[in-house]
Amino acid sequence: MSAARSGTAVANGRFARLIDWVDERFPLTSMLKEHATEYYAARNFNAWYVFGVLAMVVLVIQLVTGIFLTMSYKPSAEHAFASVEYIMRDVEWGWLIRYMHSTGASAFFVVVYLHMFRALLYGSYKAPRELLWLIGMVIYMALMAEAFLGYLLPWGQMSYWGAQVIVSLFGAVPGIGEGLVEWIRGDYFISDITLNRFFALHVAAVPLVLIMLVVMHILALHETGSLNPDGIEIKQYKDSRGIPLDGIAFHPYYTAKDLVAIVIFLALFSAVVFFAPEMGGYFLEHANFEPANMLKTPEHIAPVWYFTPFYAILRAVPSKGWGAFLMVAAIALLFFLPWLDRCRVKSIRYRGMTYKVALGAFVVSFLALGYLGLQPATPTAVVAARFFTAIYFAFFLLMPFYTLAERTKPVPERVVYHAHK
Amino acid sequence: MMFKHLHLQLGSRFLAVLVACLGIAGTAAAAGGGALHDRADVDVSNVASLQRGARNFVNFCLGCHSAQYVRYNRLAQDLQITEQQLIENLMFAAEKPQETMTIAMRGDDAVRWFGTSAPDLSLIARNRGADYLYNFLRAFYVDPSRPTGVNNLMLANAAMPHVLWELQGVNEAVFEDETDAEGVSHKVFREFRQVTPGRLSAEEYEQFVGDLVNFLVYIGEPMQLERQRLGIWVLAFLLVFGILSYLLKQEIWKDVK
Repeated sequence: MSAARSGTAVANGRFARLIDWVDERFPLTSMLKEHATEYYAARNFNAWYVFGVLAMVVLVIQLVTGIFLTMSYKPSAEHAFASVEYIMRDVEWGWLIRYMHSTGASAFFVVVYLHMFRALLYGSYKAPRELLWLIGMVIYMALMAEAFLGYLLPWGQMSYWGAQVIVSLFGAVPGIGEGLVEWIRGDYFISDITLNRFFALHVAAVPLVLIMLVVMHILALHETGSLNPDGIEIKQYKDSRGIPLDGIAFHPYYTAKDLVAIVIFLALFSAVVFFAPEMGGYFLEHANFEPANMLKTPEHIAPVWYFTPFYAILRAVPSKGWGAFLMVAAIALLFFLPWLDRCRVKSIRYRGMTYKVALGAFVVSFLALGYLGLQPATPTAVVAARFFTAIYFAFFLLMPFYTLAERTKPVPERVVYHAHK
Repeated sequence: MMFKHLHLQLGSRFLAVLVACLGIAGTAAAAGGGALHDRADVDVSNVASLQRGARNFVNFCLGCHSAQYVRYNRLAQDLQITEQQLIENLMFAAEKPQETMTIAMRGDDAVRWFGTSAPDLSLIARNRGADYLYNFLRAFYVDPSRPTGVNNLMLANAAMPHVLWELQGVNEAVFEDETDAEGVSHKVFREFRQVTPGRLSAEEYEQFVGDLVNFLVYIGEPMQLERQRLGIWVLAFLLVFGILSYLLKQEIWKDVK
C-alpha cells in the first residue's frame, strides 16, 4: 500500500518535471490557464451558449471525415459521381463517413445560424466585441464558400446546375462580369477543370482559412471575455484575487456543461446520419442522385436549404444585377450590425419592445425566405419573397432609428443566476 | 431548469406567423392533368420480396438498363442466396460474381433506337422515389400516336416501351373533358380499362411491380438496414454517455452558487 503510494508520488514527480521541462520551452501551462482553467465566464449561460462549441465539434467532424473521403474520391467529371457511389458501397465504412460529412454540412449551418441568433438576442456583437463579430462574419462567409465548393464535388445534377447558377451570378459584376465568370470556372461552362479547382479550394485553401479564423475568433473572445444572457460585463466586479465575482472557470465548469450539450447534439446528429441521411431531400437532394448532365437543365433548380433565404432575395428582384446586389447586401449588412444598433442595453431581457418586435419580424422573414427559396418561383411566391425581403432589409436599415428610441428596462448590476438543485 | 431563459414564448409566436405565411405560398402549386398517387409498400427487410424483385429485375430490366454500381456478389450476400444460385438465376449478363450489373447496349445505340439512353437504375429509387416508380410501371396505356404504341400517365411521351405488357396486359386510359372555372376545357384522367388481359392478374401484377420497386429501393442504398441497426447501438451508447456526462456536470456544478 505504502509502496504503491510512494510509486505514484515518484510518477507524479516525474510528470511534474516533464511539464516543467516543456514549460521552459513552450507556454503549455500558461496557455491552459489563460484559455481554460483560469478563463472566467459568467455562471448564468443558458442553452443558447452551447452553439459555439458545437460549431467546433462539427468543424472537427468535417475535417476528419473530409480527409477520409479524399482518400477514395476522384475529382474528375468522368469519375466523381461513380467514386462517391464507390465510397457508399465498396469502401469499408465509406457510407458512414460520407453521411457524416453530408449531414455535417447542414449541421454546421444549423449551429452557426443558432450561434448568430444568440448574438442577436444578447447583443454579443456590441462594443467591445465588434472584432469578434466581424471575425465571426468572415467565418460565416468562408463557411458558405466551403459549402458551395463542396456541393459541386458529388457531380450530381443539382451540384452541376446549382454551381452553374451561383457562378453565373458573378456575371452581374459591372464591367468585368463575363471575364470573371470564365476565370472562376476556368472554362466556358462548368467542367472537369472547374471541378478540379473547386476540389483544391474545398479541401485545402478554405479549410486552412477557416481554421485560422476560428483560432482568431477564440482569441478575440478570450481577450474581451464572453458576454452572458444578462448582457453585463462580469469584469466590473472582481474579488481580491482579480477573479470576476460572477465568473467561473471555463474548465471544469463549462467543459462539463458543454460535454452534455455535445452528447445531446451527437444524438440528434446520429439520428439523422443513421435514420434519415437524406433528411427528406433537404440534406441530400433527390435530384443529386442523377449524374451531372450539361445538356439537361432541371426544371427546378434550388440550392441547399442553408442558402435559400438569399436565393429567394435574388429571385425576388426582376433584374439579375440588382438581385445579385441585394443578395450580397443582405449578407454585407450583417457586418455593420455593431454600428447599426445604437441601443446601449445589450441583452434582449432588458431591451424595449421595438427591438423584440423587429428581431421577431427578422427571424420570421429569414425563415419565410428560406422556405420560399426552396419553392418554384410562382408569381405568388415572388410577391411573398418581396414582402419578406423588405422586412429583412428594414430590420437593418431602420435599426439606427428604432434602437435609439428604445424604451429599455433597468439592467441589474450583477448577473441573475439561480443555482441548480 | 437549464432552459429557463430560452425565451420560448418568442419561438411560438414566430411559428404561428410563419405557418400563416407558408399557407399563402402553398396554394400556388396547381394540380396537373392526372396521375396515379398510390404508395409503394417498401420493406427492404423482406428478403423473399427482394429475391423476387431481383429475379424480375434481371429478367425484364437488365436488358436495357444497367445498375452499374451494384455488385452481384454483394447482392447474393444481402439477399441470402448462394453463389451457385446467383450464377444460375441472376447472372445472365456477367461472367464473375464480383462484377457489377452492366449491360451490353451502348448509350449511342439506345439514343438511336429509343431517342434517349436508358438511365442506369442503381440510384433511380433515390432519384425519383419508390412511389413514382411503383406508379410509373403501372401507368402505361395504349396510344397509337407514340412510336412504341404506348404512353405513360406518370411521364408523358415516355420513350420506354411497355416492357411488362405480356404480364400486365394492355390498358387504355379513359379521359374525360372537364371545364374549369375560367371556361377552359381539360382532359382529365378517370381510369384504366383493360383491353387485353395479361399473364398475371391485376393483383399479381401489383405484387410483381411492388417486389421490383422494393429491389430498386434496396440497390439504391444496399447498406440501409445495416445503417439502421448500427444507429440503434450508437444512440443507446449516447444515451448512457449522456446520463453519465449529465451526472458529472451536476457533481462539478454543485459548488456554483
